[in-house]
Amino acid sequence: MANIEKNIIDGLTGLRDWVDDRFPLMQNWNEHLAKYYAPKNFNFWYYFGGFALLVFAIQILTGIWLTMNYKPSAAEAFASVEYIMRDVSWGWLIRYMHSTGASAFFIVIYLHMFRALLYGSYKKPRELLWLSGMGLYLVLMAEAFFGYLLPWGQMSYWGAQVIISLFGALPFIGDTLSLWIRGDFVVSDVTLNRFFSLHVIAFPLLIFGLIGAHILALHEVGSNNPDGVEIKKNKNAEGIPVDGIPFHPYYTVKDIFGATVFLIFFFGVVFFVPEMNGYFLEHANFIPANPLKTPEHIAPVWYFTPFYAILRAVPDQLGGVIAMGLATNIFLLLPWLDRSPVKSTRYRGWNFRCALTLFVISFFVLGWLGMQPVTPLFTWMARFFSLVYFAFFLLMPFYTAIDNDKSVPDRVKD
Amino acid sequence: MDNSNVDKGRRRFLTAAATVVGGAGAAAGAVPFIATMTPSEKTKAIGAPVEVDISKLQPGERMIEKWQGKPVWILRRTQEMLDDIAAQNEAVSDPASEASSQPAYATNEYRAREDEYLVVIGICTHLGCSPSFILKDGDNSPVVDWKGGFFCPCHGSRFDLAGRVFKGVPAPTNLVIPPYKFISPGQLLIGDDSEAA
Amino acid sequence: MPSYKQLSKLTFILLMAISASVSAAGGAKLMHMEVDLSNQESLQRGAKTFVNYCLSCHAAAYMRYNRMGQDLGISEDVLKANFMFGTDKVGDTMNIAMSDADSLRFFGVSPPDLSVIARARGADWLYSYFKTFYVDKSRPFGVNNLTFKDVGMPHVLWELQGAQRLAQRESKDGEHHSPTFDDLEIITPGTQSEEEYDRTIQDLVNFMVYLGEPIKLKRGKIGVWVLMYLFVFMIVAYMLKKEYWRDIH
Repeated sequence: MANIEKNIIDGLTGLRDWVDDRFPLMQNWNEHLAKYYAPKNFNFWYYFGGFALLVFAIQILTGIWLTMNYKPSAAEAFASVEYIMRDVSWGWLIRYMHSTGASAFFIVIYLHMFRALLYGSYKKPRELLWLSGMGLYLVLMAEAFFGYLLPWGQMSYWGAQVIISLFGALPFIGDTLSLWIRGDFVVSDVTLNRFFSLHVIAFPLLIFGLIGAHILALHEVGSNNPDGVEIKKNKNAEGIPVDGIPFHPYYTVKDIFGATVFLIFFFGVVFFVPEMNGYFLEHANFIPANPLKTPEHIAPVWYFTPFYAILRAVPDQLGGVIAMGLATNIFLLLPWLDRSPVKSTRYRGWNFRCALTLFVISFFVLGWLGMQPVTPLFTWMARFFSLVYFAFFLLMPFYTAIDNDKSVPDRVKD
Repeated sequence: MDNSNVDKGRRRFLTAAATVVGGAGAAAGAVPFIATMTPSEKTKAIGAPVEVDISKLQPGERMIEKWQGKPVWILRRTQEMLDDIAAQNEAVSDPASEASSQPAYATNEYRAREDEYLVVIGICTHLGCSPSFILKDGDNSPVVDWKGGFFCPCHGSRFDLAGRVFKGVPAPTNLVIPPYKFISPGQLLIGDDSEAA
Repeated sequence: MPSYKQLSKLTFILLMAISASVSAAGGAKLMHMEVDLSNQESLQRGAKTFVNYCLSCHAAAYMRYNRMGQDLGISEDVLKANFMFGTDKVGDTMNIAMSDADSLRFFGVSPPDLSVIARARGADWLYSYFKTFYVDKSRPFGVNNLTFKDVGMPHVLWELQGAQRLAQRESKDGEHHSPTFDDLEIITPGTQSEEEYDRTIQDLVNFMVYLGEPIKLKRGKIGVWVLMYLFVFMIVAYMLKKEYWRDIH
């Protein structure tokens, strides 16, 4: 027995060395896993980056399989989705995984972004890490938007119509631009066909590349942590950060456990509440697209609603579009708006803590308002919370500069 | 970090347990993905048995029907044709269809339920081309003294009027006979040979 | 490990999501019925009502007869004899002979496909809709509907329910009040009593919910197995994590 085991191990080692002479296998393994030293004090919030990677894998896998049966034409799209749901064996599972995955992607990304706000992970020297992450978020929004047209239901259709019309509000080029995006005078078969191409090829490739850049940037500067302490400043005689532990095996086993908990929630939705009461799959999207009749109440999917509320809060068409564009892009400026020398909220003063709390509240309220029909009260609420939303960013240089930050310890706390 | 008192046995056992349980889960998770690629209910419905009216088929004539997307030939053979088939037992490589695919009721000299009607899938057993039907000896016949049969243009396989493959050609076995039955004298059902109803 | 404070934050987020979903489900008041997909007999009765009354004008073009037979425990012979009128191929979908052009001529609109209507409208809406037809001479088919105002569909189940009218109740100040479900009263009894008709409709809606998503019958059962597996794996993964992290703590 022992002999056989030894032979197998020798054989595998030999194979590894053979590959290693021709490809930097062990070098990459060490650089990114076995000898990548991550702070030992990661907490709950540090699961979400890994979850995002997991959801990306789920989306790619289920997407490939959906594409085998989906038909990107106005005449056949709706029927082909029902074909997948009924006639293809296990097609329903693949479809629900993909539709749940879309919402799950945004949930984990929003929590991942919130983590960055909580612990100042966007601050120097992680500006490019933050920018690549924000790039991923914006590309993900486009990817989700293209994908949402594909089922060709009423919400797909009118959602796309409204969002594309936003571009029409731009001066001079607006009409030409929206016409160019649609490739037709209204959203049509032509639009569906090109959105399909962008959704299954162009944007997944872009996301894939950006994830690569995001991870490379992270491993260049090293991970931040809940204490906001740079662990690279304290190295032992061998040059290893004293507060660092190798990502593998410690964080791989931890992330495997975390991923399992995540999958319990994920499959809980997939198997028991795939529609999530109309939030993940909207009721009106079970009616085939009808270019002649808009549904009575239209709202974007939940992950776009905070921005939709901001759009509606501004009384001017162009102004609304600009406000919405700013709201999604203003995160890019965070590394330069924040003047505090301290990263983590643990050692920040009350100015930032209160501002962050207000921002999170305004994000939730705007998200809720974006799903409601327009009433005067709701419009005023949306205006108020839009102001809070923007104030968080625009006033940041002031309130962070005069914040009563505490002193940051040299070492991370356990 | 302190590796001094590691219980290596326990660590190894738990790693193995996680690998086995996780591997089983991954394997189970692969099942739906593999299963989606099997024929769907729609495909099965389209591939359902087909009813064919053969009452107008004249002796010596052949008609082509589609079943499961494949061409099915129905040939009404004359007595002369049947005699020719019997005379060619030496020339074909599997005269009694022992190594070929057909239902039990078609495992006979003429490879048919009723000698008069040949029902056969028109796809060459070599690499899947559909052979041409060449009835008479003439300019386009594959060999001299051709008694009628099927000739595959792709790689030159030849079959007689019972779908039996001749010796010395690439096709390994006789043409496949699908399940079929006669519902009534002029009505043929391809794809279903169940006894009931 | 996450602290309790962080867990409570997450719980808060989840609660927010749930309360938001509850409040958004409001809107017009509807009658409520409990959908029970485990009641196979109810589904079978509903299927019968559906093929007899709905399937002449509406199609359910994504539903195959044999799938319905398998799911609802109906044999192919019974299926052919009692449920299939336009075709004898059990693999066919529930299509109808009426063309769009014809239906447009008869009804002014083409009757929508009903395969996923229960997912679009919801069970309560369908339940209310079937119970709130009332006589209205101003409409082309002589009936109107309280749930779906000015609907272009006749009350095909009127024989069963009988005819209802909307009681004219002028409020004392003479203002016109908008009618509610309570204002409906039967003027001509149908072949079924009120309770029987209610059961017929519940069966029909039950079936239509099934029709909207046939896998719903099995989805949850499979889900239980998947979650049980994940719980087991979670325990193994947790022990593995604990074992390695003894190095650090």
